[in-house]
Amino acid sequence: MERRLRLPYESIDELREVRAGDYVLLSGTLYVGRDQVHKRLGIMIEEGESLPFQFKGNGIYYMGPSPKMPGFVLGAAGPTTSQRMDPYSPMLMEKGLLLMVGKGPRKNNVVEAMKRYSGLYLQAFGGCGALYSQRIKSADVVAFEELGPEALLRLTVEDFPTICAIDSTGASPFFLS
Amino acid sequence: MRKLEEVIKNKVIEASRKLDENVLEKLRSAYESEDDKNAGIVLKAILDNISIASETGLPLCQDTGLFWTLISYAKSSPYSLSDLVSTTYEALEKAAVEGFFRKSIVADPVFERVNTKTNLPPVVNIELIDGDVSTVDVLLKGFGSENCSAVRMLNPTAGKDGVIDAILSMVREAGGKPCPPMFLGVGIGGSLDRAAFLSKKALIRKREHEDWRYTDLEDEILERVNTLHIGAGGLGGRATALEVNIEYDSTHIAGLPVALSVSCWADRKAHIEVREELWRED
Repeated sequence: MERRLRLPYESIDELREVRAGDYVLLSGTLYVGRDQVHKRLGIMIEEGESLPFQFKGNGIYYMGPSPKMPGFVLGAAGPTTSQRMDPYSPMLMEKGLLLMVGKGPRKNNVVEAMKRYSGLYLQAFGGCGALYSQRIKSADVVAFEELGPEALLRLTVEDFPTICAIDSTGASPFFLS
Repeated sequence: MRKLEEVIKNKVIEASRKLDENVLEKLRSAYESEDDKNAGIVLKAILDNISIASETGLPLCQDTGLFWTLISYAKSSPYSLSDLVSTTYEALEKAAVEGFFRKSIVADPVFERVNTKTNLPPVVNIELIDGDVSTVDVLLKGFGSENCSAVRMLNPTAGKDGVIDAILSMVREAGGKPCPPMFLGVGIGGSLDRAAFLSKKALIRKREHEDWRYTDLEDEILERVNTLHIGAGGLGGRATALEVNIEYDSTHIAGLPVALSVSCWADRKAHIEVREELWRED
């Protein structure tokens, strides 16, 4: 079914009611981080440092945009492969970051953590960088500016299209090898 | 600046925004024949994305790729190979800036991983060809799909079935990661590196095989890969791969190297024929 999810979400029930295969349109605030951000967040958690944004109620989008062109909010902005974040995702879910947006299947450790913490994994359409760029209304660097295209960003998105690839019960339409 | 530099630069920028007609045609027909709901949604998004990139001038994908180049130097060219290589290099440098390409290259692969901030250096391959028209081919190689590329060193007696099984196993392992529907380049024979090179060359263009058995093998691999039902976006459906191309070469009595280069649906490439008029200085 088609759903709309407003971010930040207010109650975890909003994540729990989404089912694998649902078409989900996101609107509101969405944070962005990929490989190096995950590595750094992992270190910050291990060392007990304060986190650069509030995890609870928010989601993270695995993405590294191409450079901003004149007249645009940012460049192409499609998802990157989620599996590279798998070593870190359970730790982030434990700290309250339950909503993940990326592309491709996840490893079992992530699915198990999703069942434990009521996580939700949405798949954005891979390679559709121009389409997603048009659904992003603002983009600001929150932390790690020195990482360039890998910096931690805060986006405002509108009708950002995804498919629920793994729901909080662990169900998934994915091809699993 | 030589006209050639301008032509390479423009074609490379265009490749990041527009796909070849052959690729477009395959994507459209995949959408029309898809009966899985989720895969249909993914294919529709892909077609919408292609229109948006073309209308806005945004790159199709934020991963504008590593520049993988093949310079085929014609032995009777009226210019030196080194001039052709440096012209190509300069064209790529300008394309990355003027095309707003993402700077995706790091200098040291293991330790610092510091970004070169130029999207350079490219991977440069050189081969010699007959005649006087050199060619420059550039793949904008995205790494979501490249991470799914692989080589297997098969038993020399593995034969056709061994080759097919190896490719099916590599594609199965790739699953939804490389942004399917995929385009597959298969390199067979040579040594480990030669097979890998041939698999990239196979992504550049479709060869008319003199030996029809290789054409049949391409068809059979495509058919078998599509029975895996990985599908568009990895969510199931018919369209796991849209094209399989093979390049092959002689090999050692003890081996049968098989390499697979995976391209995502955004099979982005530029092909330039270096005719004499392109070599003139402006």
